[in-house]
Amino acid sequence: MGIAAEALKDFNGFNPKKLPEGEPLSPGHRACQGCGEILALRQVMKALGSNVIVASATGCMEIVTSPFPQTAWRVPWIHVAFENAAAVISGVESAYKVLNRKGRIHQPDVVFLAYAGDGGTADIGLQALSGALERGHNFVYVCLDNEAYMNTGIQRSSATPYGAMTTTSPPGKKSIGQRTWKKNVAAIAAAHGIPYVATASPAYALDLMNKVKKAAMVPGPAYLHIYSPCPTGWRYPTDLTVEVARLAVQSKVFPLYEVIDGQWILSRKIAKPKPVSEYLKLQRRFRHLTETEIERIQARVDAEYEELLKRCVTPEKEGKASKETEE
Amino acid sequence: MGKRVGMEVSIAAAEMVGLCDVDVIAAYPITPQTHIVEHLSELVADGHLDAEFIPVESEHSAMSTCVGAAAAGARTFTSTSSQGYALMAEICYIASSLRLPIVMAVVNRALSAPISIWNDHADLMMSRDTGWIQTVAENGQEVVDLLLHAFRVAEDHRVLLPAIVNLDGFTLSHMIEPVLLPDEDEVKRYLPPYRPRLRLDPEKPMTFGPVGMPEVYTEVKKAQDEAFKASYPVIVETWDEFAKVFGRRYRPVETYKSEDADVIILTMGSTSETAMTAVDKMRAEGKKVGLVRLRLWRPFPFDELYQALKGAGAVAVMDRAMGFSGGAGPVCTEVKACLYDRAFYPYIQNYVAGLGGRDITVENFEEIHDKLVASMKRGDPMGYEIINVRE
Repeated sequence: MGIAAEALKDFNGFNPKKLPEGEPLSPGHRACQGCGEILALRQVMKALGSNVIVASATGCMEIVTSPFPQTAWRVPWIHVAFENAAAVISGVESAYKVLNRKGRIHQPDVVFLAYAGDGGTADIGLQALSGALERGHNFVYVCLDNEAYMNTGIQRSSATPYGAMTTTSPPGKKSIGQRTWKKNVAAIAAAHGIPYVATASPAYALDLMNKVKKAAMVPGPAYLHIYSPCPTGWRYPTDLTVEVARLAVQSKVFPLYEVIDGQWILSRKIAKPKPVSEYLKLQRRFRHLTETEIERIQARVDAEYEELLKRCVTPEKEGKASKETEE
Repeated sequence: MGKRVGMEVSIAAAEMVGLCDVDVIAAYPITPQTHIVEHLSELVADGHLDAEFIPVESEHSAMSTCVGAAAAGARTFTSTSSQGYALMAEICYIASSLRLPIVMAVVNRALSAPISIWNDHADLMMSRDTGWIQTVAENGQEVVDLLLHAFRVAEDHRVLLPAIVNLDGFTLSHMIEPVLLPDEDEVKRYLPPYRPRLRLDPEKPMTFGPVGMPEVYTEVKKAQDEAFKASYPVIVETWDEFAKVFGRRYRPVETYKSEDADVIILTMGSTSETAMTAVDKMRAEGKKVGLVRLRLWRPFPFDELYQALKGAGAVAVMDRAMGFSGGAGPVCTEVKACLYDRAFYPYIQNYVAGLGGRDITVENFEEIHDKLVASMKRGDPMGYEIINVRE
């Protein structure tokens, strides 16, 4: 049995009828209406509880939760720079390790969380993340992926999907919008051979929270890639966030899975997928795409999903893993 | 009791950091800093030092990791040089703004291009406005003593600022010198256990590093500046206490045969020992020349430096880095700023020397002296000149 499987053998999931009442991330922050990222982060923090230290990268979640003299954080929280959340949490975790060992503190069970957006993870922060994963610090890293640099005004990142309009990948006579396909950071994290990797979506709250809990229970590094719809950047009405997030999963655009001790496990198999066009058409960032381009994206999504199925050793039956959240 | 050892200065520096019971060391190897972190990793590997040694993937992450560790309440150390220091610089500003007492040894080296692994003060000057306390060592004994002092002053609750000990790459870092290394009890008498004033603690949650809107940013910077200025008397006081424990007395400015000197040569770093030899030689020839050395670079010792220079007719300020201001090198700029509003100030010329590892010799100091005297006689405007250039 691997490290993660061993740590998770007595895992108890959250009960939909009795969720934690605590809100380590308090209301009253300044996130946009309908922000999928703050919703995901709230779920992450509910799952982690309050015996936690958080390192934040620069980005939306840093800006909206910490304008001095206010703070939305009821747990210790530190922001240093854009690209170094994983390095900062490495230092915090190491300090706790040595101070506990030397008997200067007695706090052996603190959970260490680093989070960043897709820019701070897939682009400028990838090196620090890779270093921290490789060194094996005991921490949870969460990428809140809203598929662009939203905080600076909707510029493309390497996690922006093909064809999307951003302010630095504008569609035009000679441009389709974003020219490259989305970088697969979860697979990059898994390639480090860390004990736990998962993808999650705030539309499947119980699944997300259970994955966060698992990530915290596993010794060593854990990586969570969380899909975070952005009404401002993606150009959809603010009441559709959960619907967009759910459609991304149901159309196979953003499949939910775990990688436990290197074993890939599908969280929910999509047997009757919704067409990708249904997902794309909700968002004005894809409005310029032609039928041909949409077909191209559909083909790519299908192919990537097939690849994922091949990797997964024990695909679950449709809906089983997160049945409760579906209903 | 401490012991006198013959030791490479880098190894002695690492031994001193080990004696300070440091908790977390995060570092990336870069020439000529490598021997310091190599030896620290050995001390940890052999169980002589109970610390977390974190071999990070870059200097940027080295300082980021130090910031996290210091914010969590650990005594934290790192070391760097040159290009690595430049990569780290972004986080150096944040470490001082967050008031984290990280200690760093900077083994001074030229900055590219062209790439040069050898010594000058380009990296030291690059970081002069990062808000760190900075001392510059002359020899191995000073490296060791200044490191111990750096922890003491940085962690003082009246200060809480990060501190750098600068030492010249190779010409000092790789020399084998006799060094008095204190023992653990002596160190404990001088350096109390680190008690952080604030730390990341789930039992007492706090927000570190929030967004500073225009309404607060200026006030934060003013508070940081006041803390920085207030560190000066504490630096002096903790040096005086150092003298009580160890018998070696340090001041922000060191003088050598300067009290009655007509001409003063002003230096920083290990070339000062060469300069002393040159002063002795010129004194023997009847020239009334003395030496003033800056030991404390940040905060800049304005008053003490003025006291050291005011009696002289002329000062040759040596810079080991380019300033690219078009007016003077960085040390000379500070010296001139220090003297500008005084009733009387000496004639100053600035000489840039020793770039990218070029040797600075006794003859160079004699040349500087003669050039200065000739310039003054001619009434040249106060400018700067790169000496020892092959034309």
